Amino acid sequence: MGKNHPNVDPYIVSRVRALESLLLEKGILAPDAVDRVVQRYESDTGPMVGARAVARAWTNPVYKRILLEDTRTALAEFGLDYNMLLVTENTPAIHNLVVCTLCSCYPWPVLGLPPTWYKMPAYRARAVSEPRAILKEFGVDVPAEREVRVWDSSAELRYMVLPERPAGTERLGEAELVPLITRDALIGVAHVQPPSPPRSTSP
Amino acid sequence: MDGVHDLGGMQGFGRVEREKDEPVFHAPWEAEVLAMMRAGGGRGVYNLDEFRHAIERMRPAEYLAATYYEKWLAGITRLFVEKGLVTDKELEARIAFFDARPDAPVTAPLTGSIPTARVSFNPGWTQEVVRETGAQPRFAPGDAVITRNIHPRGHTRLPRYARGKRGVIHRLHGVHVFPDAHAHGLGEQAQPLYSVRFDARELWGEDAEPHQAVHIDLWESYLEPGR
Repeated sequence: MGKNHPNVDPYIVSRVRALESLLLEKGILAPDAVDRVVQRYESDTGPMVGARAVARAWTNPVYKRILLEDTRTALAEFGLDYNMLLVTENTPAIHNLVVCTLCSCYPWPVLGLPPTWYKMPAYRARAVSEPRAILKEFGVDVPAEREVRVWDSSAELRYMVLPERPAGTERLGEAELVPLITRDALIGVAHVQPPSPPRSTSP
Repeated sequence: MDGVHDLGGMQGFGRVEREKDEPVFHAPWEAEVLAMMRAGGGRGVYNLDEFRHAIERMRPAEYLAATYYEKWLAGITRLFVEKGLVTDKELEARIAFFDARPDAPVTAPLTGSIPTARVSFNPGWTQEVVRETGAQPRFAPGDAVITRNIHPRGHTRLPRYARGKRGVIHRLHGVHVFPDAHAHGLGEQAQPLYSVRFDARELWGEDAEPHQAVHIDLWESYLEPGR
């Protein structure tokens, strides 16, 4: 249900432009506003702050404790002032998953814009009632003895998962770990994968 | 309101469809809608709770068929009209203009120069919702609670699947603006906000998956002492 692919339907485009022209005319929308939105979300594509914070937490136990207990201070190390994030750690006993059933709340400042699937009815409906089934579709099998803990973001607080560091990455430093840490792992629908071994040239 | 937006636990939506290499925006108009939403919020035309409630008031079939930014467009258009910044008549005329001239630049219908926006644009507009009211929280971590069985006609952040359910206070988040009031021009009515833990069996009965819990952020007035 629901279109997965936003369209270039002329019906919608006329309505967008109609409102936009009125807001420009009335001095509500700044003439450079659209460019600044595109610049911010499309061009400023450095590593997600979330991935950088996780990589630092994996390599620095003191930082990890700050990230979990005083997230605002931890994020300030990356030049971000964000006081509404809570970080929840995956452990051998708990696998965490984040959703917003009522709308599509998502920690934009640390993860960027949410993927479409996060905003669609299927995920929002099922994440609270059959998270294991969803995780299986994403390729994550959580053993029955491990709790699946779902965070329904119903207030202005936002959640990010601190995923498990994959085995085989013990020798990697913070900077090498960052590119392994995916958005999906920080939502809780994926494990972080170790780097694939270099491709062998001989059979 | 008991609207179709309150999706938690509903069935029949099928698999979670993922898009490979999804772009940030699928079409330029999506960024335009995002810019307009931020501009209206940053200028104080509406707050986030009013914005969410405006989307909830879409007709259910339209809500389910709409993409994310189509919902945003419906929400902000409604709010700009309701708040008196734009009239239906103006909108209709402009829609007709762009229907007739789909390739015209957005400034084409404007006469004279574009005024400077009265408030500088902040693309990351959010709102500060934590309040230091000195309110004493009624509950403490570990306390058993039961959520009220309420069905308000207006905005609420107590999901339908978690009404009349037994949970345990996981932590106190401090005192936060109350959306159920703030969405309706009734002031902030800030009150303690808690993370409340619910066992999946309490929510879904014998159909629950094994070893699962849901943590929901709930305002104090949603909660009664449990046993």
